[in-house]
Amino acid sequence: MNEAIVGVDVGGTFTDLVYMEPGGGDVRIAKVPTTPANQAEGFMAALAEAGVELASAANISHGTTTTTNALLERKLSRCGLITTKGFRDVLELGRRTRPRPYGLLGSFTPLVPRELRYEVAERMDAEGNVLTPLDEEALRQAVRRLIAAGCESLVVHFLHSYRNPAHERRAVEIAREIWPNAYITAGHAILSEYREYERGVTATVNASVQPVLQRYLENLRRELADGGFRHDLLVMQGNGGSISSAIAAEAAVKTVMSGPASGVMAAAATARAAGIDNLITFDTGGTSCDVGLVQGGVPDVTAEMELEYAMPIHVPMVDVHTIGAGGGSIAFVNEAGMLQVGPESAGAEPGPICYGRGGARPTITDANLLLGRLDPAHLLGVAGEAPLKAVRDAVMREIGAPLGLGLEAAAAAIIDIGNDRMAGAIRMVTLARGHDPRDFTLFAFGGAGPMHAAALARELSIPRLLVPACPGITNAIGCITADLRHDYVNTLNAPLSALDINAARAILEAQIAEGRATIEREGVAVTGIDCLHFADMQFEGQTHLLTVAISGTGVQVAELQAAFEAAYLERFHVELPEIRAVLVSLHTAVIGRRPGAPLEALAAAGNQVSVTDARRDQRPVWFAGRAHETPVYRRHLLPADAALIGPAIIEQLDCTTVIEPDNGVSLDGLGNLVIEVTA
Amino acid sequence: MSDIDPVTLSVVQSGLQQVCNEMDLAFVRAAFSPVISEALDRSDGIYSKEDGALIAQGELGLPVFVGTMQFSTRTVIERAPEISPGDIFAVNDPYLGGTHLMDVRFHMPFYYQGELFAWLSNTGHWPDTGGMVPGGFSAHATEVEQEGLRFPPVKLYKQGELDQEILSIFLSNMRIADQRIGDIKAQSAALFVGERRLTALLDKYGVDLVNAVIAEMRARAARQMRARINTIPDGVYQGVAHVDSDGVVNEPLKIDMKITKRDGELHFDLSGSSPPCQGPMNSVLATTKSSIYLAMKHIFPEVPINAGTFEPLRIIDPEGTFLYAKYPRPVSGCAAEVSQRIAEAVFDALAKAIPERLFAAPAGTSGNFALGGYDPERGRAYVLYFFSGGGYGGSAQGDGLTNGCSTIGISKSQPVEVLEQRYPVLFDEYSLHEGSGGAGQYRGGFGINYTVRLRSGTARASMVMDHGRFGPNGMAGGAPGGVNRVSVARQDGVYLPPHLSKDQGIALAAGECVHISTPGGGGYGDAHKRDPALVLRDVKRGYYSREEAERLFAVVLSGEPLGVDADATKKTRAGR
Repeated sequence: MNEAIVGVDVGGTFTDLVYMEPGGGDVRIAKVPTTPANQAEGFMAALAEAGVELASAANISHGTTTTTNALLERKLSRCGLITTKGFRDVLELGRRTRPRPYGLLGSFTPLVPRELRYEVAERMDAEGNVLTPLDEEALRQAVRRLIAAGCESLVVHFLHSYRNPAHERRAVEIAREIWPNAYITAGHAILSEYREYERGVTATVNASVQPVLQRYLENLRRELADGGFRHDLLVMQGNGGSISSAIAAEAAVKTVMSGPASGVMAAAATARAAGIDNLITFDTGGTSCDVGLVQGGVPDVTAEMELEYAMPIHVPMVDVHTIGAGGGSIAFVNEAGMLQVGPESAGAEPGPICYGRGGARPTITDANLLLGRLDPAHLLGVAGEAPLKAVRDAVMREIGAPLGLGLEAAAAAIIDIGNDRMAGAIRMVTLARGHDPRDFTLFAFGGAGPMHAAALARELSIPRLLVPACPGITNAIGCITADLRHDYVNTLNAPLSALDINAARAILEAQIAEGRATIEREGVAVTGIDCLHFADMQFEGQTHLLTVAISGTGVQVAELQAAFEAAYLERFHVELPEIRAVLVSLHTAVIGRRPGAPLEALAAAGNQVSVTDARRDQRPVWFAGRAHETPVYRRHLLPADAALIGPAIIEQLDCTTVIEPDNGVSLDGLGNLVIEVTA
Repeated sequence: MSDIDPVTLSVVQSGLQQVCNEMDLAFVRAAFSPVISEALDRSDGIYSKEDGALIAQGELGLPVFVGTMQFSTRTVIERAPEISPGDIFAVNDPYLGGTHLMDVRFHMPFYYQGELFAWLSNTGHWPDTGGMVPGGFSAHATEVEQEGLRFPPVKLYKQGELDQEILSIFLSNMRIADQRIGDIKAQSAALFVGERRLTALLDKYGVDLVNAVIAEMRARAARQMRARINTIPDGVYQGVAHVDSDGVVNEPLKIDMKITKRDGELHFDLSGSSPPCQGPMNSVLATTKSSIYLAMKHIFPEVPINAGTFEPLRIIDPEGTFLYAKYPRPVSGCAAEVSQRIAEAVFDALAKAIPERLFAAPAGTSGNFALGGYDPERGRAYVLYFFSGGGYGGSAQGDGLTNGCSTIGISKSQPVEVLEQRYPVLFDEYSLHEGSGGAGQYRGGFGINYTVRLRSGTARASMVMDHGRFGPNGMAGGAPGGVNRVSVARQDGVYLPPHLSKDQGIALAAGECVHISTPGGGGYGDAHKRDPALVLRDVKRGYYSREEAERLFAVVLSGEPLGVDADATKKTRAGR
């Protein structure tokens, strides 16, 4: 009985696993291809690859893209909607937008087609007064029709239910009487905030993916039990916390976008263990670049995510800004003669030209190869030598010739433009929100992140860069470091001058109680329960919100006023003593702390020798306009006291770190590469 | 080829773009007017110090401001007696490079190391600037003075200090003035964001290099627009669009668009259009030009926007028409409505030249609706301002979008729950306008229906909409989209506005309501060629009735469950 903890993250290309035994025992990692049709196959293959004894595992945490993919590919359950009379089309009409600012083409498909949307008479006003009682007979009839139409899930979405949920509750009760079904969602139960489109879509997303997630998890739980696993499987959520797989499908929408959230959680946990609290997280793989912010050890959270055009999902999620720039991003010269990189990506198939799978357009990875940053003989997942000639020809044909540049200069231009886009993403998360990048450490991971991070840090004057011990499996590490987390948001919408502070406190207390009860119901061992509280505020008359952290159930009006004014000044450089502040909603995150993962064991996983012996090779690498003869190190052979000065290339199984000339490199006690970036 | 290396060119260009995007973001997040914060009815940019030519503009700015702000900036440059760092000029005069009075422009000279480098400008739609109708969209005004307070460029900020005297003149002439200070500060804060970011960009790259990049980008945008224009065969293309009426004289106004393609340029001749009108549907020159620019940008969205983009677009000043309004012609309908008819006339003309790029006409109305009254429960006056979408036109690529925003906007409409929370109203419905998508092989998208009921007190309703008389045009044989409808249910019966889509000051008592149906998009291609399976689907969804399926699409449906009667359909289609 070794009580090992296991994290398994399913990504677009690979399924990653990390296995750790407590007390400095064995550490194993595994990387196997993702099996898109049934992610459980890849999951089980990863367990086999790492030789995990299920009977002795104490805990398995799992990050899955099941719900995100189901939404993006619209492989959803057949879902019916019952709504307030007069509002059948809210989900189809949206907020009167178009997909792009210019161009009047494009289309939109609502989550529920019109023939599966029914109205019933009922109406609340904005104060929660009943104007029209619920027509229970019409409701029963609508439910029966949706059953007959072959629906598998149901949403009940009534106007102003965030203010008074009585009709929604009663409707769900009736629906369950005639239709015993676990997949019935009441709009207010997922998101108790105003804005009928956003609340309706969020609830509908939940109902639509519930059966999909439930089937997947049931299947996986059964396979794990058959393999001898005797504990509960935990599932990652978009808020960066985990939840018992037994109840995850109740609020299935909360598992959307959990992958990027896991990465940010791992970054926060790793940096916290290294004594660093303020981070910009930079995760770049094949197609996208995800940037997050961690302040005081806590990742920023947003409740305004839009998964794609007109699909807002307003539940609290780790705030990750994504752009289409990664190793597979395609470079081309547009008709104005401007070099562009991405957002179009060569993806995993055909992939970059250097993968030799039929890719013909140059990508960032191809450019990195030409500049000596990647080793043509050892590309991950590529058998044999990369087709260098094809890469050179394509870069000259597509980029070099049109721009009048030589081969290396053309490749360097691709990297510079790619880096500029990534730097833009970091600026939008920092400078545009009132934060100075110089106050942060850049935490780089994902297959391609550590290859570009040093250049970005230099560009943005970020003084320090951290590359974790296993950058390619960061999301899996996020699974084992994540605590249980449940978020609750309730709308108040009261000016501070008229706020009943006791009512506000009662809401916070109810949120805490609900979170505690949920953690108890999950039955997962926790070492303690912490609560974080936030207030979403605005000046009277505004529509956008600013979120501020507040102390808790003892909150005072003066504290709210001061916290809001300070946050507003920091963000907008504006003071508005003339106008009243309004408390729009209160948000509590209830966190069940799990025993920390022994991250330091990752440092010891290597087979350390000396810096000299870790040096595998040297090769010319292009920096700042010319080739530099650059030593190449094997990461797992570097000793704990290693100290280097760039230029250097540090290679490991699934990732290459590029160190620019004059940057200083050392290792910390957790095996992180710490890179001091010179301006 | 310039001698700037391609990487620097691209990086500085995206740097300028990011400055503007950050200004857009700061403005919208800090604004009070929901027209700005939710509807994004604002725009921010950088303009040349010589003539106000557009250098860069935020990507999420309101499209109709694409062209207007450079005209407005130029006016300020010409008129400003002296300028100092920290000055901000405010101007809303429509005839000085503007749109309507509610669009207030702020212009700030930007200095770098003590030297004037460029102008930072933005426009924001204020919810009220006085005048005879709350919200400013008068349907009956006959002089601009009736439309609200008009101010020439005035220094609202003097060397960074808000001028309290000018501010007090503004606030004394506007409804719901108490929140305007919030918008003024948000609008100026956006310029200050631009000032900080542009300074950082110049610190890094230097004045000479940035200026060289600006010149190069302008030349390239012009080249790119010319390349696109050269996909159009040389020739003359005629397009037409009609405004329902000017709100005063109940007759349609005609936009006569003659586009000549030659030598890589397009020449736009509007001289055959109706003369200046009595009511507020006149368009100022800046708006007329900007409408043509944005129409071209909708057709060629891949061409970037700066002053070079517009160089190959030659617009002949339409002297003597309602599209070149001069003082004191009323203009409150120009930015929101006439602009969209101008764009439709461009679409109509070029659909004949490059049909594969075009689409049938979109709903093309902003659907401006204002309800002003006194709320006895809350003890305060209010102006509810709402706008609505409609269907887009079908195209060779498929059916049109349902409930898209106006052609000139990119805005979101306000949620019903937010409106009901703020104002004493109740929405009886917010639903899809069935049957409004124009029939075609690819049909138009659908408009919407909504009904606003007054719960307490009294109020007056006003609206400036369009396409009430003529539905948006079909293309390549497609049918026009459904028309805009307005009706008011009062205790003494149903009132229909004589001008169909425009009216003002309609008195409402508690319990009475206004019903609006917005236009659908035009259809594309022969409706008899539409796949009968899609017609069946649309009928099952209630988009069209069975009768419409037969009459419009010549598809016969029968049976239980409903199916396509293939034989009868074939016979019907053959017979027509």
